[in-house]
Amino acid sequence: MDVIVNLAPQAGQMLLVLLLAPLLTGFVRIVKARLLRRRGPPLLQPYRDLLRLLRKEAVLAENASWLFRCAPYLIFAGTWVAAALIPTFGTGLMFSWSADLIAITALLGSARFFLALAGMDVGTSFGGIGSSREVMIATFAEPAMIMIVFTLALIAGSTQLSTIAGFMLSGGVGLRVSLGLALVALTMVAIAENARIPIDNPATHLELTMVHEAMVLEYSGRHLAMIELSAMLKLLLYVSLIACVFTPWGLAPDGAGPIPHFIGIGAYFLKLAVAGTLLAIFETSIAKMRVFRVPEFLGAALMLGLLAALLRFMSRSF
Amino acid sequence: MMPPAMTLPIILFSVCGFLGLAVMAVALGSSRRATPVLYGGASIVSLVALIASLIQLVAGGHVTPGLTLPMGVPWIGVHFRLDALSSFFVAVIDLGAAVASLYAIGYGRHEHEPLRVLPFYPAFLAGMNLVVLAGDAFTFLVSWEFMSLSSWALVMAHHRDPGNIRAGYIYLLTASFGTLCLLLAFGLMAGPAGGYTFETIRTAHYSGWVAALVLALVLLGAGSKAGLVPLHVWLPLAHPAAPSHVSALMSGVMTKVAVYAFIRVVFDLLGEPSWWSSMVVLALGGVTAVLGVLYALIQQDIKRLLAYSTVENIGIIYIGLGLALAFQANGVTAGTALALTAVLLHVLNHSLFKSLLFFGAGAVLSATGERDMDRLGGLIHRMPVTAFTFLVGSVAISALPPLNGFVSEWMTFQAILLSPNLPQWGLKFMIPAVGALLALSAALAAACFVRGFGITFLGRPRAQAAAQARETDRFSQSAMLLLALLCLLAGILPGVVIDALAPVIQSLIGGRMPLQGNVPWLSIVPIAASRSSYNGLLVFLFIAASAWIAALAIHRFASHAVRRSAAWDCGYPDPSPLTQYSAGSFSQPIRRIYGATIFEARERIEMPAPGDTGPARFRVDLKDLVWDWLYAPIAGIVNFTAGRLNHLQFLTIRRYLSLVFVALIVLLLVLAIWM
Repeated sequence: MDVIVNLAPQAGQMLLVLLLAPLLTGFVRIVKARLLRRRGPPLLQPYRDLLRLLRKEAVLAENASWLFRCAPYLIFAGTWVAAALIPTFGTGLMFSWSADLIAITALLGSARFFLALAGMDVGTSFGGIGSSREVMIATFAEPAMIMIVFTLALIAGSTQLSTIAGFMLSGGVGLRVSLGLALVALTMVAIAENARIPIDNPATHLELTMVHEAMVLEYSGRHLAMIELSAMLKLLLYVSLIACVFTPWGLAPDGAGPIPHFIGIGAYFLKLAVAGTLLAIFETSIAKMRVFRVPEFLGAALMLGLLAALLRFMSRSF
Repeated sequence: MMPPAMTLPIILFSVCGFLGLAVMAVALGSSRRATPVLYGGASIVSLVALIASLIQLVAGGHVTPGLTLPMGVPWIGVHFRLDALSSFFVAVIDLGAAVASLYAIGYGRHEHEPLRVLPFYPAFLAGMNLVVLAGDAFTFLVSWEFMSLSSWALVMAHHRDPGNIRAGYIYLLTASFGTLCLLLAFGLMAGPAGGYTFETIRTAHYSGWVAALVLALVLLGAGSKAGLVPLHVWLPLAHPAAPSHVSALMSGVMTKVAVYAFIRVVFDLLGEPSWWSSMVVLALGGVTAVLGVLYALIQQDIKRLLAYSTVENIGIIYIGLGLALAFQANGVTAGTALALTAVLLHVLNHSLFKSLLFFGAGAVLSATGERDMDRLGGLIHRMPVTAFTFLVGSVAISALPPLNGFVSEWMTFQAILLSPNLPQWGLKFMIPAVGALLALSAALAAACFVRGFGITFLGRPRAQAAAQARETDRFSQSAMLLLALLCLLAGILPGVVIDALAPVIQSLIGGRMPLQGNVPWLSIVPIAASRSSYNGLLVFLFIAASAWIAALAIHRFASHAVRRSAAWDCGYPDPSPLTQYSAGSFSQPIRRIYGATIFEARERIEMPAPGDTGPARFRVDLKDLVWDWLYAPIAGIVNFTAGRLNHLQFLTIRRYLSLVFVALIVLLLVLAIWM
């Protein structure tokens, strides 16, 4: 009985992130379309796209290897496991101790590793260009993320995400310079990691500056569905991460009853809506940058993260 | 089960076994049987030593009585001893040796001149074992030199290949320099009384400047063998020049013997460190990690890429050592234990995956005759086992969960997070900066191995040799599969390894990490469960289950139809495999961003004159600044001095005699003034 009670938030969380991920993407697309005075696709269009892709046959290039066929599932699994460990509506996740924030960052790194390899498998120039640029972006984004983790861990005294969220929720934190720097850096990393404007444009094909879409160009059918779903999950993951650390209000504490959990779910929907709207506004108000500007953007994130961590090393009061 | 007291004699007998095999190799000559017999023998002998050292390690802090043999310098003798630290390193050496010998049973058949390899290979194994068994400075130095020279002979095995002579020459110079530094360090520690046994050295106390000088000399001596920047220049030349199983041993194991030397002197013999020494080690480690992997990212030769990646991993190990020194200087035992455990774990992990990767590179080399990645490609179809194991090694070395490389880096990060409590301001600045360098090197390593695996094994073959490659032999395959399995096991059950390391840490610093065996679900908890924990097993199971469930559900309920067709490539696929991304083009963004300052990378496009039908050319110029700024001036000075002294060779006998006379007078004068 105890196990079921403990397991319920964890299982609920896994299903919730899986079900909500396409909704968030659809929501961002709608808001973006409205901001551009278009009607845009229906809110549920991403679900329809995924189902349609799942039912289609997969067309493989003649020289595609087993890695090309396995990679979508591995990428999906890595992203899903990472997303399942980030508190969305409650901090009482049963398996939150199995991977801390460093491990979650590295799990996303594993997913990216296989995505970049899959881009190179068929041996086309587009796949190569995508992989090459993706790993270049990662060489900035990952250290920046680790610096942010350092900052959060030094504030909360733990790298466990549930503990960090619980600490932020307890209210004794207040406004801190290092937290502000970390928030800015994390937002920049999240934009880059999710291939959003100004780093990459998720809505284009056939553009020489594209990164993510170039890697998955050879995918079709169920494989493409898995990769699209992973990308949606990753967007949800970063929004949840920012939300649970910087706006932990409404999170149900560990061992709370069903009612706080329902409040938590309501608050989570609200946070997603706000984050999606902000993202859409940001994306419509900025132009895409060329690829060799990306290091400057992410270098700034890395420096902000390092500065935040240094401040925490210097003094406890920042 | 044999009693722990027997382990030292058994390991020494194994060393004699190695030496016997070396003699046998000469006796067998170029017989066809020699290769399998000798490598099989070496494999068995190292397995015996491995088991003995594991028994010693499991028996805990039980120190076996040392052995003194009446050889060598008369008043010192030859001392051997086996404590927990030595037995851990014997285990690492002989695990690597056993697997490399298994691999070589198959791989060695491709050798054109086996007599250039076979006698030196067991001698090299014996040398490495003797270094970690040595119980006095004299034995240590002789074994160290024996190890260096036998590996030099192996580097020179293919001396007719272009560049290998130079590699061997530079290796010999650096090795001599390293031994000289260690000789001076031990001389300083032994003092004028000449107490050369480790027991005597350990009990002695050193004044500040002696300790500082010893530390600097050991950093130079052990660092030059390990490949610490800027002493790394020989490593990417020498390691790839040797046959691949020897490259694996040199990169995966011999660099660890150098780490052993550093740990033995600094943590065991020298006594309490001062905090500023950790600053030096941390800075060197951070620079080595990032520079090593950046160099690796611009290599086209797969074995040189792996060699530079060894430099990076040595950097990671020295970062951990620097952290341990910082904690120890401030008396934070929990931190020291965590950082040192991370170091030893990474020593083991790196020996596993680097050997695996060199085996893979060797299999590719023997199947295609190519080391240049730009002439490979598509090997995943023709060499499935090699490709799979190389992929496992690549994921592990990129520090990605759930494999083993991640665990040691994670523990290093946890040690960094413990350090804000250290009082020194220098450390407060240095440690977060080094943490950023460590994170940067991990991300760059992932990029490096996406490139290494992707260009070599994925895509379409870029040359005929790659298109006709055949899978390697059974022995090599089983060696690679074994190492891949060990990488996975060490990744998902790190608690077992950490507990096995506890006696080593206990004997070195008198403290240890918390017992991991009691933690539920086989998690690892470095300090306290509320602080941080990681469970490789669960992460692995979660990923496997999610991927499997997703694949099963989709194949069952949605679609499992597959159609093969031409590649899409936005509608314009090019039939020539040369239009794929190459090793050079893949690293172009990183080369531009990081390399513009570090390598002074310059890209030039040479267009033909209008009307000229010649091709346009794209050239990249890279400079090795370490070489240009440090080694080229030294070589210049040596050359200049040698040129100036040259005419001393052509004097008359009268002048020689007067030269001798003057020298004698000067020396006597110096002596008189000194006294």
